[in-house]
Amino acid sequence: MNTAEKKPRLTTSAMIASIAAEGQRVKSAPFGNALVELAASRPDIVGMTADLAKYTDLHLFAKAYPQRFFQMGMAEQLLMAAAGGMAKEGLLPFITTYAVFGTRRAYDFIHQVIAEENLNVKLCCALPGLTTGYGPSHQATDDLAMMRGVPGLTIVDPCDALDVEQAVPAIAAHNGPVYMRLLRGNVPLVLDEYDYRFELGKAKMLRDGRDVLILSSGFMTMRALETAEELRKHAIDAAVLHSPTIKPLDAETILHEVAKPGRLVVVAENHSEIGGLGEAVARLLLCSGVRPAAFRQIALPDAFLDAGALPTLHDRYGISVEAMVTRIKSWL
Amino acid sequence: MDSPSHKPTPTLADRAYRIRRYALQMGEVQGQGYVGQALGWADVLAVAYGHAMNYRPEEPEWEGRDRFLLSHGHYAIALYAALIEAGIIPESELETYGSDDSRLPMSGMATYTPGMEISGGSLGQGLPIGVGMALGLRFKNNPAFVYNSMSDGELDEGSTWEAAMSAAHHGLSNLICLVDINNQQADGPSSKVLGFEPLADKWAAFGWHVQRIDGNDLPAVIEAFDTARNLQTAQPRVILFDTLMGKGIPFLEQRDKNHFIRVEAAEWQQAIAILDQSQQQEAV
Repeated sequence: MNTAEKKPRLTTSAMIASIAAEGQRVKSAPFGNALVELAASRPDIVGMTADLAKYTDLHLFAKAYPQRFFQMGMAEQLLMAAAGGMAKEGLLPFITTYAVFGTRRAYDFIHQVIAEENLNVKLCCALPGLTTGYGPSHQATDDLAMMRGVPGLTIVDPCDALDVEQAVPAIAAHNGPVYMRLLRGNVPLVLDEYDYRFELGKAKMLRDGRDVLILSSGFMTMRALETAEELRKHAIDAAVLHSPTIKPLDAETILHEVAKPGRLVVVAENHSEIGGLGEAVARLLLCSGVRPAAFRQIALPDAFLDAGALPTLHDRYGISVEAMVTRIKSWL
Repeated sequence: MDSPSHKPTPTLADRAYRIRRYALQMGEVQGQGYVGQALGWADVLAVAYGHAMNYRPEEPEWEGRDRFLLSHGHYAIALYAALIEAGIIPESELETYGSDDSRLPMSGMATYTPGMEISGGSLGQGLPIGVGMALGLRFKNNPAFVYNSMSDGELDEGSTWEAAMSAAHHGLSNLICLVDINNQQADGPSSKVLGFEPLADKWAAFGWHVQRIDGNDLPAVIEAFDTARNLQTAQPRVILFDTLMGKGIPFLEQRDKNHFIRVEAAEWQQAIAILDQSQQQEAV
């Protein structure tokens, strides 16, 4: 590990530090701004949080619509159940907290109160996967696994600021409960350079390639695009298929792309290797009898992850661009 | 009900009698059920549906209705009996209780039954749902009340107290919580499972208006509902009802108590006969 020793020792940044790389184009608070804009034409939208408005960009909504904002305190079970109660009264709650607290602490309330009655609640949970260096208490590496187990729950994992701001009206228009992984603060902006528009339930090809198909969601799509650029320098032609809707999966598009012969299929996700996009895609392929040339998963290990600086941790767990390039080359 | 000061209002006593009778009939269909709870809670349900609540039997989802949340889903047998008495469910459906494809499952679910507002049963969810509904109603300027019906066992759940804090914080004067204190939980007396006394002081300390009464004393139940509804302070209201499981059927009242009272096949008709007999005596 000579190269690692040469690197300066990094320190853990603030819990809510932006995931944007230095110099990367960003957009501020895409969720909060999109919700404020949408709420102008949707008087049924209310905002609710468990003491994390400021850290989920919901404070912008609270400022714009103080009468439509409800502070529920640091009580996630109450947050979920009360949001269900609001939805039963015909309102459209957008509720926010961190993904660890929303899912682990309140699972039964999402399952029984919100999903069982198909209530129109939009759960928008920040710090998905490994987006904080604060250790397992704040790293939601298992949220998709838990949420995929809830019948009827739609799950969205947006890539960047454009994805987030387009997903907001899309999930509002969908009648039923939605779990969205939230990127907040200064969020990278990358998809505006592609011919892309967020559509609920649709996976989109961002670039084509002959040798590798990287299927990804969340900010791992951003990493996948950079990885594809790097691989090109090594004469490896990589395609990127972005699947921001985790459930229901866009089976048609995924099967169509995977069925094209001769490509290594790599599913890249900011989540534990258990229960996320990788397993969902593997099941789809097996059950559909579609066999890629080879199948690999880039995901977080089934472990309690370390605390530390995000770049260090992303390298350590194989989800940095550098690590992805190395791994994909080794698989070809 | 033999003391003169406890002389019940006849119509509500009739309603309570019929709620008990419907519950026993449903218990007989299944050969089991939480009939002890239904008998103990019948007076509260009679007053809720026969006196306190606004609703339209022919239009269970009428926007102006008072919302009654059955947090303790296993009390469904009691609420079905009350909904039959209220005219929301036809009496003829009683014999489908707990059967395949019935609208009356063993544990109450909103998607199955008209008049069943929530899917309870995962205990401790009714009150926090009630907080959301009460906030929503106030936001819409809808003057309806939300009643959350819960068991004393649900006092063990942290979510109950999250909701209690929140209801007081938001000054939810349209939220009325009804707690059945029968001191019986799955593993034994509530006081042995997880003690909750002094209960009135706890709720008061959380910022609620508190009443504690005998939940099988009809005039007292009526007065408590009236007080809770008419209070002018901007705070949520709780009524703590001490009740007797199996109330009205002496051999069930005296039976070794637990969460699930065992009733032998021949005893259902015996219980109904006792109920009918005491009702006839009341009428005289």
